[in-house]
Amino acid sequence: MYKAAVIGDSAGVLGFAALGLSVFCETDGEKIKKLITRLASGDFAVIYITEPAAALAEDTISKYRSSRLPAIVLIPAVEGNTGDGMRSLHEAVEKAVGSDILN
Amino acid sequence: MARLNVNPTRMELSQLKKKLVSARRGHKLLKDKRDELMRQFMDMIKENRKLRAEVEAAIADADRYMAVAGSVMQREVLETALMLPKQEVEIEVGEKNVMSVYIPVFQPKYRTDDANEIYSYGTAFTSIDLDGAVNSLSKIFPKMIRLAEIEKACQLMADEIEKTRRRVNALEHIMIPDYEETIKYITMKLSENERSTTTSLMKVKDMVLKQSHNFQ
Repeated sequence: MYKAAVIGDSAGVLGFAALGLSVFCETDGEKIKKLITRLASGDFAVIYITEPAAALAEDTISKYRSSRLPAIVLIPAVEGNTGDGMRSLHEAVEKAVGSDILN
Repeated sequence: MARLNVNPTRMELSQLKKKLVSARRGHKLLKDKRDELMRQFMDMIKENRKLRAEVEAAIADADRYMAVAGSVMQREVLETALMLPKQEVEIEVGEKNVMSVYIPVFQPKYRTDDANEIYSYGTAFTSIDLDGAVNSLSKIFPKMIRLAEIEKACQLMADEIEKTRRRVNALEHIMIPDYEETIKYITMKLSENERSTTTSLMKVKDMVLKQSHNFQ
């Protein structure tokens, strides 16, 4: 059995604790990177991460993009939607098709 | 296009012909695989886009509630209220094979089926907005799981499509033309040799006839 985690600043992710997800409040880039690596090697299948937190650990996240598990999903933070989550979708389309045809 | 570095012999020729046949077959198969992957990928991207928009809207909604709750409650109280969740969620990971791309399938398993288990706090000391935040998150959670699943699938399929596309292109534009050119080269070389043998034989025959019978 796998678990699901949420990473981000405390205000944005606290609500997920009530649903029974493992919540990690972290705002430091290095710590986020280490945390992702630790969670990925553990039994976490899904990691939700807020967009500002993901921006700090981009290289670590892209490392797990082509592996089967974990699925790292960007979610908007309290400050608002930066559009990074949608951008990764556009990147996938560009990779597959050769040009971004969603626009 | 470069001719392959092989000896122009009949054996090489027959081997190359066999290789050309399998290259053409592989090219056709890979092309079909690419087309089908692309078709499924486009469907998935469409769903992924819709889901993401929904999830983002719902989370923004929950964040709004949370901001209000945070403003009317003390931070410590808010954190204490959510510190010890009653509900627990685990994810069962299955696997689906889409055109030989293994994509994960997530199935959430809750500790209890009771929908009210998400409220891990008494209602006396917490704001109603906290209930709203938790409620809207719990409503969108199944979609979030589906989003994780489909986003992973899209990433894995994008990788596979890129790989397949490169293979198709390499076969179509490099390997098959190279084989064709080499086969042509060997055929030409062999027929040239044959002609040369025939002419020298004719010449020798003439010479022999002339010597033995004084034949002109």
